[in-house]
Amino acid sequence: MGILEVKDVGKRFGGLQALSNVNLSVQENSVHAIIGPNGAGKSTLLNCLVGKLIPDTGSVMFDGQSVLGRAPYEINQMGISRVFQTPEIFGDLTVLENMMIPCFAKRDGAFELNALSSVLRQKDILQKAEHMLEEMNMADKRHMHAAAMSRGDKRRLEIGMCLSQEPRLLLLDEPTAGMARADTNNTIDLLKQISDERDITIAIIEHDMHVVFSLANRITVLAQGTPLVEDDPQNIRGNPKVREAYLGESA
Amino acid sequence: MFGLDKKDTSKLIIVACLALLAPFILNPFPTDSALAQFNAGYPDLMQRFVIFGIFAIGFNILFGLTGYLSFGHAAFLGVGSYSAVWMFKLIGMNVIPAIVLSVIVAGLFALLIGFVSLRRSGIYFSILTLAFAQMSFNLAYSVLTPITNGETGLQLTLEDPRILGVSATADGSIPVTNLFGLEMRSTFEMAVGPWAFQFNAGYYLCALIMLAAFYLSIRIFRSPFGMMLRAVKSNQQRMNYTGLNTRPYTLAAFVISGMYAGLAGGLMASMDPLAGAERMQWTASGEVVLMTILGGAGTLIGPVLGAGFIKYFENIFSKINDNVLHTWFSFLPDGMEDAVVFIIHPFIGKGWHLTLGILFMLVVIFLPGGLVEGGQRIKGWLSRRKSKDGGKAAGETNPAE
Ligand SMILES: Nc1ncnc2c1ncn2[C@@H]1O[C@H](COP(=O)(O)OP(=O)(O)OP(=O)(O)O)[C@@H](O)[C@H]1O
Ligand SMILES: [Mg+2]
Repeated sequence: MGILEVKDVGKRFGGLQALSNVNLSVQENSVHAIIGPNGAGKSTLLNCLVGKLIPDTGSVMFDGQSVLGRAPYEINQMGISRVFQTPEIFGDLTVLENMMIPCFAKRDGAFELNALSSVLRQKDILQKAEHMLEEMNMADKRHMHAAAMSRGDKRRLEIGMCLSQEPRLLLLDEPTAGMARADTNNTIDLLKQISDERDITIAIIEHDMHVVFSLANRITVLAQGTPLVEDDPQNIRGNPKVREAYLGESA
Repeated sequence: MFGLDKKDTSKLIIVACLALLAPFILNPFPTDSALAQFNAGYPDLMQRFVIFGIFAIGFNILFGLTGYLSFGHAAFLGVGSYSAVWMFKLIGMNVIPAIVLSVIVAGLFALLIGFVSLRRSGIYFSILTLAFAQMSFNLAYSVLTPITNGETGLQLTLEDPRILGVSATADGSIPVTNLFGLEMRSTFEMAVGPWAFQFNAGYYLCALIMLAAFYLSIRIFRSPFGMMLRAVKSNQQRMNYTGLNTRPYTLAAFVISGMYAGLAGGLMASMDPLAGAERMQWTASGEVVLMTILGGAGTLIGPVLGAGFIKYFENIFSKINDNVLHTWFSFLPDGMEDAVVFIIHPFIGKGWHLTLGILFMLVVIFLPGGLVEGGQRIKGWLSRRKSKDGGKAAGETNPAE
C-alpha cells in the first residue's frame, strides 16, 4: 500500500478525455517520476491530486484518506505540498517573510486571527524560517524582495517554503523547465539531498530525461491520458513501448 | 513604546502631535488678515479631518493590505450614523453607547456584505460592493423610511423617549450630545494677539479616538494577520497551496475596515446628531478611495494625509468665489483681471471637484505611491544633497513601507 493511491481516475474536458483509467501507487520515501509526451495529461493528473481539479471518476487516497472534494488548503494541511512549473512565491514580500508564512500555516492551521501580536515576537517562527533559509543557502537574501531574485533562487525558495511545512509528499511539476543547465543541476542536487536526508516522498513530473534518471527510483510513463508502464528506471530505458511512445520521439 | 518599534512609534508621535496641536497648526493666519480664509482650525472642519482620517485608516486595512478595492464603504459609514442617532433618540445623549452601537452594527452589516462580495475578486468584487452600497442607499431613501426618515434624514425631536435622559431640556429645546456631561459642542477660545484658537471638546474626543484607531492599525499591519493580508494581495494561489484559507482572512479585513467606517459614521452623528442617506452614496465611497490612494495605499500614514489633504482643499477651494478672486487680482489691468478670473473660475467654488480631479491625476501619474512617496523622494533628495556636500557616500533611500 503506497502513501498515495490513485485508482481508475478519469477526467474529461469537453470532448477531450484527458485522463482515463489512471492507476498509480506512490511508495513512501520513494522518488516517483511521471513522464510522458506533451499533452499526455501529467499536469491534469497532478491537479487532481491537489484539489485544483476534481476527477470525474475514480479515487485518490493519501495515507488512507480520500483527498477528493477537499480544497487545496485542506489537502496541504493533510501533508501534501506542491511546487509549480513557474515558481509561485509572494513576490511583494521579503524572502524571510515568504519563509515565515508556511511556518505560520503549519503552526496555526488554515486561519488564525492573530492581529495584535507583532510578527517580531513570533520567535519560534522566525527561528524556523531563518533555519530553513540557511539550509537553502539563501540566508544572505533574507531582506530582499522575493520578486527581485533570479529564477533559480525563486525555485529554491519555493522548495524551501514547501519543506518548512515538513510535508509527507512533495509534488513537483516540471521544476527545471526553462532553467539553464547550471540551475538544473543545482535543483537536482537539492532534490537528491532532500530525499536522502528527509522522511519524505517525492512525486515529480519532468520532461528532462537527465533529471528523471538522476533522481527517480520509480517511473510511470503516461501517454494519451493512460499509464503505459510503471517500472524501475533501468527497465524503462530499455522498454521498446516507452521508446516508441516517448523516448523515440525525443531521440 | 506600546509594543511598537522605533520607526512606528515616531509615526504615532507625529500623528499625535498633528492631531493634538491642530487648533494651532491649522490657524496660522491672524483672524483679520487677508489670508485668514486659508485657516482651517474650526471645530467642524477639524472634526471632519479626523473622522475621515478614521474612515480612510480603516479602508486602508482592506485595500492597502489585501488589494480588494471596495466601492461601497460609505454604506457602513451611513449605517453607523443611523445607529448612533437612534441611540440618541432612544437611550440618551451620551455619545459612548451611540459610538459602540454604530461600530457593532456596521461590523455585522460588513460581515453580511463581505460574505457575499468576497466570493469574487478583482473588478467583480468592486462591482458587488458598489451594488450593495447603492442598494442600501436606495433602501434608506425609500423603503426603510420608518427607520431612516427617508429624504429628510433622521433627526432628533422633542418627542424622542431617551429613556436614560430627558426628551427636552428645561427650556424646551432638544438636548445636545455629550460625554458624561461634557458637551461635544463646547469650545474654549484662546485669543493670542491677533490670533484666535479654538479648542473644541468634540474635536478632541474624535482626535483621541482617531489616535487609538491609528495605533490599532499599526498593530494590525505589523501582526502575523497583517502579513497574511499582504500575502493575499501578493499571491492567493500560493496561499491556498500553503494550507491557508484566504476567505476568512479577507472577510476579517473587510469586517474590521467596515467597523472603522461605522466608527467614523458614529462620530459624525455624535458631533452633529443627524443622519441622511446621502452619506451612503457612491460618491462618498469613491471619496475614501481617493483619500487612500492620494495619501498612499498600503502605507500607515498615507490615509491620514490623504483625508486631511482632500478635506482641507475641499473646504478652501470651495469657499473661494469670484469676488475673492477679483480682490486678489485687482492689481492687474481691468481686462486682464477679468480674463484671469474667467480662467480660474471653473476650478473654484462648486467647481473644486475639477481641481481635485486634476490633483488626483497628477499624483497617480507622477507619484503612484501617493503623498507618502512624495515625502520619501524629498527626503531621499535632501539626504543625497547633504551627503554630497559632506563628501560622504550617498545614504540609502528608505524602501517603501
Ligand atoms: N482546463 C482545461 N480545459 C480543457 N482542456 C485542458 C485543460 N487542461 C488541460 N487540457 C488538455 O488536456 C490535455 C492534457 O493536458 P496536460 O496539461 O495535463 O498535459 P501535460 O502532460 O502536462 O503536457 P505538457 O508536457 O505539455 O505539460 C491537453 O490536450 C490539454 O490541452
Ligand atoms: Mg504540464
